[in-house]
Amino acid sequence: MRAQFVFSEIGIGLKRNLTMTIALVIVMTISLVMVGAAWLVRAQVNEMKDYWYDKVEVTVFLCGGNSTSPNCGRKDVTQEQRNQIQTALQSTPQVKEVFYESKADAFQRFKEQFKDSPDLVNNVSDDALPESFRVKLKNPEQFAVVASAFQDQPGVDSVQDLKKLLKPFFDLLGLAQLASLIIAGIMLFAATLLISITIRVAAHSRRRETGIMRLVGASNLYIQLPFLLEGALAGVASAILASGVLAACKVGFDAVVAPKLKFTEIIDWGPVLGVTPLLLLIAVVLSSAASFFTLRRYLRV
Amino acid sequence: MIRLEQVSKSYPTSTRPALDGVDVDIEKGEFVFLVGSSGSGKSTFLRLLLKEEVPSAGRVHVAGKDLSKLSYWKVPALRRQIGCVFQDFRLLPNKTVHQNVAFALEVIGKSQSAIDRVVPEVLDLVGLAGKEKRMPDELSGGEQQRVAVARAFVNRPMILIADEPTGNLDPSTSVGIMKLLDRINRTGTTVVMATHDAAIVDSMRRRVVELAMGKVVRDQSRGVYGYGA
Repeated sequence: MRAQFVFSEIGIGLKRNLTMTIALVIVMTISLVMVGAAWLVRAQVNEMKDYWYDKVEVTVFLCGGNSTSPNCGRKDVTQEQRNQIQTALQSTPQVKEVFYESKADAFQRFKEQFKDSPDLVNNVSDDALPESFRVKLKNPEQFAVVASAFQDQPGVDSVQDLKKLLKPFFDLLGLAQLASLIIAGIMLFAATLLISITIRVAAHSRRRETGIMRLVGASNLYIQLPFLLEGALAGVASAILASGVLAACKVGFDAVVAPKLKFTEIIDWGPVLGVTPLLLLIAVVLSSAASFFTLRRYLRV
Repeated sequence: MIRLEQVSKSYPTSTRPALDGVDVDIEKGEFVFLVGSSGSGKSTFLRLLLKEEVPSAGRVHVAGKDLSKLSYWKVPALRRQIGCVFQDFRLLPNKTVHQNVAFALEVIGKSQSAIDRVVPEVLDLVGLAGKEKRMPDELSGGEQQRVAVARAFVNRPMILIADEPTGNLDPSTSVGIMKLLDRINRTGTTVVMATHDAAIVDSMRRRVVELAMGKVVRDQSRGVYGYGA
């Protein structure tokens, strides 16, 4: 196999097909960006789930002056009720850990969370936030058991599942992920068709050469390799471009969006860099397969 | 070297078979003219030798191999033993004379040093020494056909197939090409040439196989083109 010959053939092919190749690379890049975006959204969701699920899962809010729950009857929780609830929680088998958060603690945390919005903090008095027990479950799925057991206990305002609170948000992210996967699928399909057309045009524009190659006994590999590599090269270029676009998105996200998102962590560079091999793999496999099957039809011995 | 046993070939688009029970035996080193009117089966005959077509019935042996038993990935090896020349030359217009001939070796993976050695030799043989850097459109028809012959012969095939090699050339140029083919034949290469050119067949006095309606109607050693065929 004479590498120099193969490479010069690829160069000739790419030049001859330049407009087609550019179109192919653009479509492929966009589809790969979609794939990568789906991947990164998933990583982000996992990151947030880790962050949140690691924290308190169930909050048992206790009655305070502002409580509207009929359970409280507009009265503050008594010390006795508080102790009862805590003991009951600690003896519930599903519960792993229980933390008490006083009104002062809650206010402290609130101030910390919204330290960039002093107006908001100043409008909230230091006893406006309810005291609560923050409960960690052995198995986060068992929320319903704990909720039903404590919902009607005297002194309990409400039981709130953080997971439930976050569910619409996670659902939204899941939907975004699904949407980008669907778009990616459609785009990849279009890219596959484009590869097939590009290879067909390339094979047609080089039919003299391939005709002579067949005639003088060049092997199939020798005849097809320039076309295969052409497709693969376009794929690699697209994957690199797509990775670049995703990295740029990450930089932009860090600079613009991340400072405003106090409540969670943003994925670090790990998944963003990890997506490149995935995209390379998809691009190369897809374009090689598309070229291969096209060539089998158009460049038979 | 080449043997066809009861070979028939039908195309799905035609009711009459292109070849019908053809028996031909060609020895190593022979020079054979394949004559007959258009549609008599000459081209199908040649395509069978390259396994560009497979016969509907019968067997084709080329260079000691039964082509029906030759798997597809071995077809390139077969074709390396057969050189081909056509009426329309089939040169690559964007390559020089040297590059055109070298291409045939490059694509079968020959080393650059071998190419550099062999290509000038064969260009000298066909009488194109000094014209290596010309482009095909700067050459006369006869010269272009010489390039094609050089490309067909550069890998020293055992068999040379020529499909109307003089069809596009004037008579005096044709004589030059025939002298060249004769010279190649004298190196021991078997030559099979399909032609319509009566003057050439008559002057060469070589073996003549005549096809009509897909059948061999005449097989003469030292034959002539025929009687108004």
